[in-house]
Amino acid sequence: MIHLKKTRLYDVCIIGSGAGGGMAAKVLTDAGANVVMLEAGHPWYAETHSSMFQWNYDSPRRGAATPEKQFGEFDGTTGGWDIEGEPYTHVEGTEWDWFRGRCLGGRTNHWGRISLRFGPDDFKRRSIDGLGDDWPIGYEDVSPYYDKVEKLVGVFGSHEGIRNEPDGHFLPPPKPRCYELLLKSACKNLGIPVIPSRLSILTQPHNGRPACHYCGQCGRGCTVNANFSSPSVLIRPAEYTGNLTVITHAMAREILTDENGLATGVSYVNKEDNLEYQVRANIIVLAASACESARLLLNSRSSQHPAGLANSSDTVGRYLTDSTGTTVMGMIPRLMDNIPCNEDGVGGMHVYVPWWLENEKLDFARGYHIEPWGGRQMPAYGFMSEIHRYNHTSASGIMRQRGGGGYGVQLKEDYRRYYGAVLGLSGRGEMIARRENRCEIDPTTVDQYGIPVLRFNVTWSDQEYAQVKHMQETMRGIIHAMGGEPLDSMPTNKEGYGILPPGRIIHEGGTTRMGHDKRTSVLNEWCQAHDAKNVFVADGGPLVSQAHKNLTWTILALAWRTSEYITEERKRGNL
Amino acid sequence: MDRRESLKLLATAPFFTYTGAGIQARAKSESKRAEFFTDQELELVRVLADLIIPADARSGSATDAGVPEFIDFMMIDRPELQVPMRGGLAWLDAYSTKRAGARFVDLPEDGQTMILDDLAWPEDSAPELAAGVAFFSFFRDMVASGFWTSRMGVEDLQYMGNVYVQEWTGCPPEVMAHLGLSDEE
Repeated sequence: MIHLKKTRLYDVCIIGSGAGGGMAAKVLTDAGANVVMLEAGHPWYAETHSSMFQWNYDSPRRGAATPEKQFGEFDGTTGGWDIEGEPYTHVEGTEWDWFRGRCLGGRTNHWGRISLRFGPDDFKRRSIDGLGDDWPIGYEDVSPYYDKVEKLVGVFGSHEGIRNEPDGHFLPPPKPRCYELLLKSACKNLGIPVIPSRLSILTQPHNGRPACHYCGQCGRGCTVNANFSSPSVLIRPAEYTGNLTVITHAMAREILTDENGLATGVSYVNKEDNLEYQVRANIIVLAASACESARLLLNSRSSQHPAGLANSSDTVGRYLTDSTGTTVMGMIPRLMDNIPCNEDGVGGMHVYVPWWLENEKLDFARGYHIEPWGGRQMPAYGFMSEIHRYNHTSASGIMRQRGGGGYGVQLKEDYRRYYGAVLGLSGRGEMIARRENRCEIDPTTVDQYGIPVLRFNVTWSDQEYAQVKHMQETMRGIIHAMGGEPLDSMPTNKEGYGILPPGRIIHEGGTTRMGHDKRTSVLNEWCQAHDAKNVFVADGGPLVSQAHKNLTWTILALAWRTSEYITEERKRGNL
Repeated sequence: MDRRESLKLLATAPFFTYTGAGIQARAKSESKRAEFFTDQELELVRVLADLIIPADARSGSATDAGVPEFIDFMMIDRPELQVPMRGGLAWLDAYSTKRAGARFVDLPEDGQTMILDDLAWPEDSAPELAAGVAFFSFFRDMVASGFWTSRMGVEDLQYMGNVYVQEWTGCPPEVMAHLGLSDEE
């Protein structure tokens, strides 16, 4: 049943409550705007909803994933790769895995908090290697907003002076864990740098939030808000201004426009009563995730915008990128039979490998970084699964005539001896944006709310395959240098060198890219739609390229910059 | 209460009702009926789980830690595991009967270990037993999940985290020494 209920007129409607939406809400409400925020999922605040300090044995499923919590039942983000009633499709023979959050804060509630600035080169890659496109803005435009984000949110790191990995306003980094020291020592011999990671987790009290207590459970959400999530750092303060109205369970259907082609509001389905509502606003900020925002624009057709809102260039949904990703796991004999100690630390790596081959001659264009993980983590569902792959390796000195596996007292002892001895290395690299990689509306499929769904059409190029091959070879070399053995053999060319399906790293970007030319871009340099001046995008969509650096920090910086622009344009009477 | 409702309950209020103590207590209660396993299957699960993780000087056995109850729960929670589990147990009994003339639980212990020796070492197993080998690896993983995530397992492993740490001091000196790392940090 359709039931249209109109609301008051807001200054701004923000669609989505993750990093970009939260930042827009914070900056715009601080400036005095009356803001309404639509979130497709349920309310979520770490103070009340987090499962921090819960033992896995407190649940009969021991932390395993559920359909609602696909990163584990205690995870901070509701959502996942497949959401009941909300399908997406693919062009035959292509892959894209799409992780969607359905809760206030979205994926910021569980993300890895890896908070890297893009460097000067990352905005001008076409000028350097002829691939993709340059941004319409440069590092000097974004840098002041990285400064602001770091001062507001807090991030730890170290001053390294690497030109294209710019330093920021860092809190002190936590000391490395034991296995991270071992990694560092092995990499030193290989000439590979290992430096403190840069995570938005507080190692000192900051802006009224306390320092981390090192339980390693950032992914569950931090009840004391010692890490960054959009609800705790951005949305709560925005609510305190009295200028923010949050509407949860609101699945946006369409952006409404008038006879001049300008946006007038948003129609949405209230998932709780299944009725249709409208919210009216002078300005619309899309921050629903790169792909959801593209979907919403493409579904907002009118006589003024026949190809979808802001899509006269046929660019919405195109240039879709993720990060490349592949992982090597290795058994490190030196870590066997270790002395028990608490290796929880912060919720993520204390050190990482930044890109170190910027000027080398390689058979691929862009860089990557390496994220280590391992240690004596809290046992959870899946604990030391497939032990038969490693409880016999020659490197460990335990040669069993019959290979790995077993049962009984010997097996039980093996679990103890090998606990914490498996190290993971995950490479994350830059994918090159190409026009043909896209999401578009599937003409024949709708979700359970009657909203047409996305159809993905994404493939890797030889660039990405060559890059991932290099990651695999490098990470295997590191594991050998640590005296260990990889658990699997090197993936072949036919196996794509172990590259994960696109989308899997959950760094969707590029679908509403910015540019000076309205024929080849969706947004101008302020993330404002060329075709409708009161429509803005504040998620990963505007990013022309996304380096190999997790894009959240840049989403936050651009959202702040865009929100200031909105405020100024409003004052000038242009909006 | 159907599964959907019980999931909902778990998602909202749940965890105090499933304390470790509760699980341990349930493990001891022989009269508790499984939700997924038949009585006959449950008997096989118990025997098999304890052969994989027996009691030793440091901790109890898989059944002491409530592993059969954990696996039973996961079968309801993850219906896609039901056929591999039920089918694997049936395969094991069929193989046991063919090879040793009796159901697995009715064999003497050396008969049972003879069967396991055929299945527990994937790299060194007969190709015609591949289905049984795959089942055993899956079952071993389920037992490990259930045992090592239990309170008993966590204590056995001497996992020292999930606590409030006032100051993070990095890798302790004695572990540095054990690993042969110098203090150059």
